[in-house]
Amino acid sequence: MSPQKKHFRPRIATVWLAGCSGCHMSFLDLDEWLFDLAEIADVVFSPIADVKEYPENVDAVLVEGAVANEDNLELIRKVRARTKILVAFGDCAVTGNVTALRNPLGGPEVFLERAYVQEADTQPGIPRDHSVVPELLPRVLPLHQVVKVDAYLRGCPPSPAAIRDLLLSALGGEKEKE
Amino acid sequence: MTKKGRILTIDPVTRLEGHAKITLHLDDDGQVADARFHVTEFRGFEKFCEGRPLWEMPGITGRICGICPVSHLLASAKAGDDILAVAIPPAADKLRRLMNLGQIIQSHALSFFHLSAPDLLLGMDSDPAKRNVFGLMAAEPKIARDGIRLRQFGQEVIEALGGKKIHPSWAVPGGVRAPLSEESRERLKARLPEALRIAEEALELFRKISGRFSEEADALGNFPSLFLGLVTRDGGWEHYDGVLRVMDAEGAIIADQVDPREYRTLIAEAVEPWSYLKFPYYRKHGYPDGAYRVGPLARLNLCERMPTPLAEEARREFRRTAGDKPVTSSFFYHYARLVEIIASVETAATLLDDPDLLSSHVRAEAGINRTSGVGVSEAPRGTLFHDYQVDEHGLILKVNLIIATGQNNLAMNRTVLQAARHYIRNRKIPEGFLNRIEAGVRAFDPCLSCSTHAFGQMPLQVVLFGPEGETLDERTRE
Ligand code: SF4
Repeated sequence: MSPQKKHFRPRIATVWLAGCSGCHMSFLDLDEWLFDLAEIADVVFSPIADVKEYPENVDAVLVEGAVANEDNLELIRKVRARTKILVAFGDCAVTGNVTALRNPLGGPEVFLERAYVQEADTQPGIPRDHSVVPELLPRVLPLHQVVKVDAYLRGCPPSPAAIRDLLLSALGGEKEKE
Repeated sequence: MTKKGRILTIDPVTRLEGHAKITLHLDDDGQVADARFHVTEFRGFEKFCEGRPLWEMPGITGRICGICPVSHLLASAKAGDDILAVAIPPAADKLRRLMNLGQIIQSHALSFFHLSAPDLLLGMDSDPAKRNVFGLMAAEPKIARDGIRLRQFGQEVIEALGGKKIHPSWAVPGGVRAPLSEESRERLKARLPEALRIAEEALELFRKISGRFSEEADALGNFPSLFLGLVTRDGGWEHYDGVLRVMDAEGAIIADQVDPREYRTLIAEAVEPWSYLKFPYYRKHGYPDGAYRVGPLARLNLCERMPTPLAEEARREFRRTAGDKPVTSSFFYHYARLVEIIASVETAATLLDDPDLLSSHVRAEAGINRTSGVGVSEAPRGTLFHDYQVDEHGLILKVNLIIATGQNNLAMNRTVLQAARHYIRNRKIPEGFLNRIEAGVRAFDPCLSCSTHAFGQMPLQVVLFGPEGETLDERTRE
């Protein structure tokens, strides 16, 4: 991917789109195995870390959640361009799951109306300052409808053991190519 | 929102997903006049639950949040109990309480060890690339391992009851699906001493280091506000049931013994065009004067005693830090959280000795006996309300959810304003401002997943714009 000399340690990332964070919590449920992970790879980007910009040359990324708004869309495209192995991490990423329950009921307006107009006591109105709050997409999309996905990890959330096995095989595969 | 005049914009407070942003507004003298914390995620649970059977609600609403699914599971099941108009079997009540304690332990451990300890132990100005749980694992392996194991213990309590650590479909209207097995009970009991040791050591550690953060404790969210939460009928600490109490900043109780079904008499909600997170406020004081805080800090201010000895001792010491007044610095949410971990471990220990936990009578059967119901619980981050209306078949007609983190929205906005006023002088953004403003919001442990998704260390980019929109200063933390 990059002309410079290949880094020795695999670089992994986790990304959080429109999901409930449960998939990330299942990742943290790897508990003390996280020490082992830190021995073999660098976590270069994650909601639990401080790096702001999604970096270049990521070997594998776990992406939680569906694509539900303009911000999700922009980020997932960037992630795709900068990552070798993109994993749809959990049912929301794979199928849309709970996040996509809004799809059969029409566009986002009915939802926004319910939340911000009908259920408000003061200043009812849909937040529309799109300079700060991103516009919702007409439909919630699973990852593969937006970008190429290399591996799917089912479950709501996937079990820690499944996450570990997938990471090991993804990182192992990368090692062999070196 | 951009009225004429000086606008100082912090934009965006991007997290990875860009779900939260901050803007600041300058007055004519270049002083910060207003600050806004914008939440930019929306999923629409209230609407898409309509038409679904009441019985599905605990399972669906648990998916609002992977950090505190148990809170939604329980509040939803309790709204269901209310609609069935049943008193659930005593064993089910105790089992649900045990699961909620497991959840408070795991969620508070996550907040303290995984998310905030990097600031507190590695330093607010330490290398951002390492200021995370992996950096903590490298620099302070014992503390990191302890934190991981404490969170694991809480998760194992949940798993032992619900069969799954995240999103167990276990609580149902009328009770729970299964009791605790004897092996699980023994396994959990064996882990109690370690959990208590870790919790006590963490509290000691926090007391030792908190002196280093006196400026932050003062500048990041230290202001008078109301506090709201559940207490027991006789004013003790409560996490699962009880009555609502509201206290003012001087410690006067201004509402008490309020049935959670009457929450609407206390709480109203406002909307701002610039955030997807609504702004609940104390109805009588109006918007935005009725700002109140919920969660560990509020609960420890509101209650008169903890149910267990070590936690009660810790609560007294906590309250002594503010004389006889409530503790008003949001920085001490961390402190309150650690006291609550101790209370939860001690209370779980008592519960695990209760023979009822193994009883097989854990579910009351009934049909739809009322067409509306309210379920409430204390989530790790504060009071959570599920309010449902159903038809005679139990299909959902209407749902209103008042989420813990939302109730801290006004307070988080004030924290951002206070931090901005403290740290921004002469239109400059001093070094270290970024992480401190994050730390101010982080002290609330905002589970924006419940309403959005900010968790952990939200990375920031700050840009200051002048009155004409020109860039005055810019800083990005890499
Ligand atoms: S797949 Fe399940 S656990 Fe993962 S984000 Fe979606 S709802 Fe949450």
